[in-house]
Amino acid sequence: MPVWLDNFLWTYQNLVHALGINGLLALSMYVVLAVGQLSLGQAAFMGLGAYSSALLTLKLDLPFALVLPVSCVAPVLFALAIGTPTLRLSGVYLAIATIGLGEVLRAVYLNVDWLGGALGLSGIPLRAEFWMIYGLLGAAILVLWLVGRSGIGRAMEAVREDATAAQVMGINLARTRLGALLASAVLAGLAGALGAHSSSFIGPNEYGFEPAVTILSFALLGGIATPLAPVLGAFILTLLPELLRGFSDLRLVFNGVIIVLAVLFLPEGLFPLRMRRRAA
Amino acid sequence: MLAQQLVNGVLLGAGYALFALGFTLMFGVLRVINLTYGFYFSAGAFVALFLTRDFGFSIWTALPLAAMAAGAMAVVLDWLLLARLRRRGAPELASLMVTLGGVLALYAASTAILGPDIRRLPPGLIAGAPFELFGLRVTMAQLLILLASLVLVGALVWLLHGTRLGLAIRAMAEKPDAAGLMGIDTGRIAALVSFVSGCLAGAGGVLIGLNFNAIHPYMGETMMLRGFVVVIVGGLGDIRGALIAGLALGVVEVLTAGYVDSGLKEAVAFAILVAVLWTRPSGLFGRPEMRRA
Repeated sequence: MPVWLDNFLWTYQNLVHALGINGLLALSMYVVLAVGQLSLGQAAFMGLGAYSSALLTLKLDLPFALVLPVSCVAPVLFALAIGTPTLRLSGVYLAIATIGLGEVLRAVYLNVDWLGGALGLSGIPLRAEFWMIYGLLGAAILVLWLVGRSGIGRAMEAVREDATAAQVMGINLARTRLGALLASAVLAGLAGALGAHSSSFIGPNEYGFEPAVTILSFALLGGIATPLAPVLGAFILTLLPELLRGFSDLRLVFNGVIIVLAVLFLPEGLFPLRMRRRAA
Repeated sequence: MLAQQLVNGVLLGAGYALFALGFTLMFGVLRVINLTYGFYFSAGAFVALFLTRDFGFSIWTALPLAAMAAGAMAVVLDWLLLARLRRRGAPELASLMVTLGGVLALYAASTAILGPDIRRLPPGLIAGAPFELFGLRVTMAQLLILLASLVLVGALVWLLHGTRLGLAIRAMAEKPDAAGLMGIDTGRIAALVSFVSGCLAGAGGVLIGLNFNAIHPYMGETMMLRGFVVVIVGGLGDIRGALIAGLALGVVEVLTAGYVDSGLKEAVAFAILVAVLWTRPSGLFGRPEMRRA
């Protein structure tokens, strides 16, 4: 690694890590939006990944290479428990159940002693490296791009645009949607584990309502035309508050307003370039 | 002991039922999961706080004024955020996302203006000491919740089933297009339903704020979890179901806090929500004619 890059990464380490992690979270939102569903559990899944990975590291002192994949287990189990019944119904049920999940987990983290209570978990060793975060982000973009171009990607788009027509064409709606939700839980769980191991402290309020909505604003600003679009949205919304210091109170107001404006006036997002696919 | 807890639970549940009623009414008529709903709960509590603390109003006048102020906010926000999408016939998730963004902006802005700390209503607003009634201890705040819930639910049932306006509302819940063709001004009905729902949320905020004596900007957000549980268990859009489920949730919470652990009452409520989604997604009292996706 050249010296200037090393210096740069050292100085801006927190920001560089946050950019990559938010990129992963934006992708986890993208996967669900790509099948026309709305999950507001991304922050909750991230919290499950963060808490389980932190406990594995702190209590059992497992190596990070093992902690990282295992931290996806809890988010996937919760996604199965909530997604299986709701994805057969109209989209509002998944949205309601996943917002509820975030609120409940916050209350559980606050009230259960061995999860640290209001103080959270601290002293987590800094084991998330730059190359892990960006390697995973790059791999996730690549996989989602390839999937998007494949038959599965076509099926996902069909389910999003017209569920009834997709079903008539023989696409299994529930399985396509559940697959997307599970992939999204895995991405969010990874992001949570990486986040926990790059900040040394996690607390119950970091995975509640506000981050859940913020993650949605990443994907809505960028749009969901390609996997790169939501990641760019996340980069913009993570860098903007750094550039506009002094307005930190209004950062969340801004994120909320972005969602309103994006839905009302910019339904395709900022980057509506579509993926190229070979003709069928 | 058990009888006392059941009474506490029913009285708390009356407040939950009142809150969830407006939420389910909005969904039933306007077909929108309106997440700004929790904000009207906070707004009602804050208006009552300002009226009683800074202007010396009694609770009897502050309660209806705060409820109506919350209702007025609901009308304005519905017009700002949702009227356009409704005319366009946008999918229900689009309107859900708009209200989600809107409510985050509202909470964050009100926290920036008012500060995040917990406020208390002025002491002596309502007799604080509990008194004995048939061998059970109740507070004035609990009695006020019960009284206000009975009055407001009665008024709502009368509005929906005893007036021509109610007929128009029910027609719009059934089929908005047909209702429009029959000469019903659907925009006006949407405003009316928003107002009534906002009033219910605002009144709920004042009463629950009075009961726990803790008012802060995000109180509506934590309350929304109860709203979700009540409307899913009772069936989305089902008013009778919301009443029963609200009372039941109050009892379940008080019993969980009394016999298990007060830190787990949210988790128990959510476990019930998930169990209902697995077994009876149209609600415990719902007919199985679901609108499948």
